Amino acid sequence: MSLELFLQTAMNATYAASYMALIAVGLVLIFGVMGVINFAHGELYMAGAYAVVALYAGMGLNFFVAVVIGLVFVGLLGLLMEYALFRPLRDNPLGGLIASIGFLLILQTIAVLGFGVQMEHVPPSTQGKIVFSEGVVITYQRLYVIVTTVVLLTALWLFLRKSKFGWALRACAQDREAAALQGMSINTTARIAMFIGAALAGIAGALTAPLVAPTPYMGHPVIITAFIIIIVGGVGSLEGAVFAAILYAFVNTFVTTIYDGTLANIVGLLLMLIVLILKPTGLFGVKERA
Amino acid sequence: MPDRAASSRLAFAPGFVLLGAALLVLPHLLSLSQKEVLVLLVINVLLVSSYRLLTLTGEWSLAHAVIMGIGAYGAALVSKDSGWPVPLAMLVGASIAAFLAFLLSFPLFRMKGFYFLIGSFAAGEVIRLVWKWSELTWLFGGPKGIKLIPPFPDIESLSIDFYDPVNYYYLCLVVVAVSLFILYRVERSRIGLTFHAIHWQDKLAESVGVDTFRYRMLAFVISSFFAGLSGALYAHYIGVVNPNRFGVEEMTYILIWAIVGGTATFYGPILGVVVLTILNEVVLRAIGVDEMRPMLYGAVLILFILFLPNGLESLVPKIKQWLSRQKPKGVVANSQ
Repeated sequence: MSLELFLQTAMNATYAASYMALIAVGLVLIFGVMGVINFAHGELYMAGAYAVVALYAGMGLNFFVAVVIGLVFVGLLGLLMEYALFRPLRDNPLGGLIASIGFLLILQTIAVLGFGVQMEHVPPSTQGKIVFSEGVVITYQRLYVIVTTVVLLTALWLFLRKSKFGWALRACAQDREAAALQGMSINTTARIAMFIGAALAGIAGALTAPLVAPTPYMGHPVIITAFIIIIVGGVGSLEGAVFAAILYAFVNTFVTTIYDGTLANIVGLLLMLIVLILKPTGLFGVKERA
Repeated sequence: MPDRAASSRLAFAPGFVLLGAALLVLPHLLSLSQKEVLVLLVINVLLVSSYRLLTLTGEWSLAHAVIMGIGAYGAALVSKDSGWPVPLAMLVGASIAAFLAFLLSFPLFRMKGFYFLIGSFAAGEVIRLVWKWSELTWLFGGPKGIKLIPPFPDIESLSIDFYDPVNYYYLCLVVVAVSLFILYRVERSRIGLTFHAIHWQDKLAESVGVDTFRYRMLAFVISSFFAGLSGALYAHYIGVVNPNRFGVEEMTYILIWAIVGGTATFYGPILGVVVLTILNEVVLRAIGVDEMRPMLYGAVLILFILFLPNGLESLVPKIKQWLSRQKPKGVVANSQ
């Protein structure tokens, strides 16, 4: 592997790590506060991408306006899920899982009915790119994803550590009943967590829409990767999710470049199995409450 | 106690005879495409019932669809490449599934609950990707899978042709009935009671000398054998197996059937698969909105979970109660 190829692959891996981190952190946040595995998270990502397909590619709105609308739209979808599904099923995690599968099917069908099953082509919003050397190039389009991820995740971290809402959110994730006894509203924290979690998946989809070809089924491989990442990082740990996203993206991108995609997926899954066998609570996880 | 069990078994006998008769007549009342759905439904009854045996120990696996696939691939390879007779190949396929489950137990049962769920998913996906892998296309056929799997041999002396879905349905019915009987006996045996004990009180079970690891492994192996058998039945019916057939989608279906039906009783998951298959394949198809079918199915799932959180099986005692309240009137009507 030449140095140029190495640098270019590392750049690609950084991009992949960025949007995967956005998705995985949202999933962890929802799991932490609500206690449900949101199977529809990949479809929230898909909904974000289709917001850009409709508003930017279809109606010709400014790309960033479309992205922001997509973020808010998917966040609202999250609120809808919280209100209609997860709140009535609060003490029934398997029920929440099945309900989110039902929601996933509904979102997928809406996308099929509205846009068809074919791949959508979203023109790039900019042709700009930074050329480091002949073989080492990064497009602005990818740079947007990386920069947005760094900004948003830093903001989320500050929000969770410094603000009062953040304290409440983390308290609810630790012990819901104790938090309620301290006068925190479980419903409010659940709404905030769902909105943020869903919106992060939405913006990941919206920003990557010109880089991948959106289809109604694009959420499927994404949710599988996100599961691997949150397991490797340790369920419920945001820092772990970010670290695992970087680790997974680098391993996956390098094995794909050197060998092939299938082997990369196998290696990723084996990585997760090894972590589970050696440290069943994930790299950053704490022991599950009894 | 034994008297009561025997008498209750007697009370069920007419019901079983009626059910048997209905199942024998059923295929003759259906259209061809519905007959094919019926064969798959019988196979899925075995699949979801075998899944329930594992959930008795409190562990929910996400590898069950892949385990079914191991049985299917095993039976297909053994009958096609080695030329073994199909019935034997089916048993070999099921045994391979059981053996791989035995091997997988060692890493997987280090985990519990949510971690087991995801760990089993990863193990299953690795197996599925090995089927897809281009380096092993000569064996597993890559993403396209294995085609031209030999069908179940016809019984020429009786001129029974298993290409006909009705005959294959009867074959499946026999295999599945025997399997369900075995699964039922296992659950009612000392072993099955230990599974329950591990589910509700695993520390207590350990403290009285139960090796929880070995019992979890046993549940996984038995459950995988029958899942593999259902896969083998599938492979020799359809004639084609490929990795995507045993993917996440199939697994979510198994989960949905089990949870919508409920897993507290033996018949819960069977209710789930039967009711949901009829809803999806007959009712929603009859409405004639093919593109919207996944959406309606999703909505049905959500409604079931919201309004019947304990599964369809929770309706059965209520119906029984309602029937017993109606009965006295019926008796009076008969005597007049």
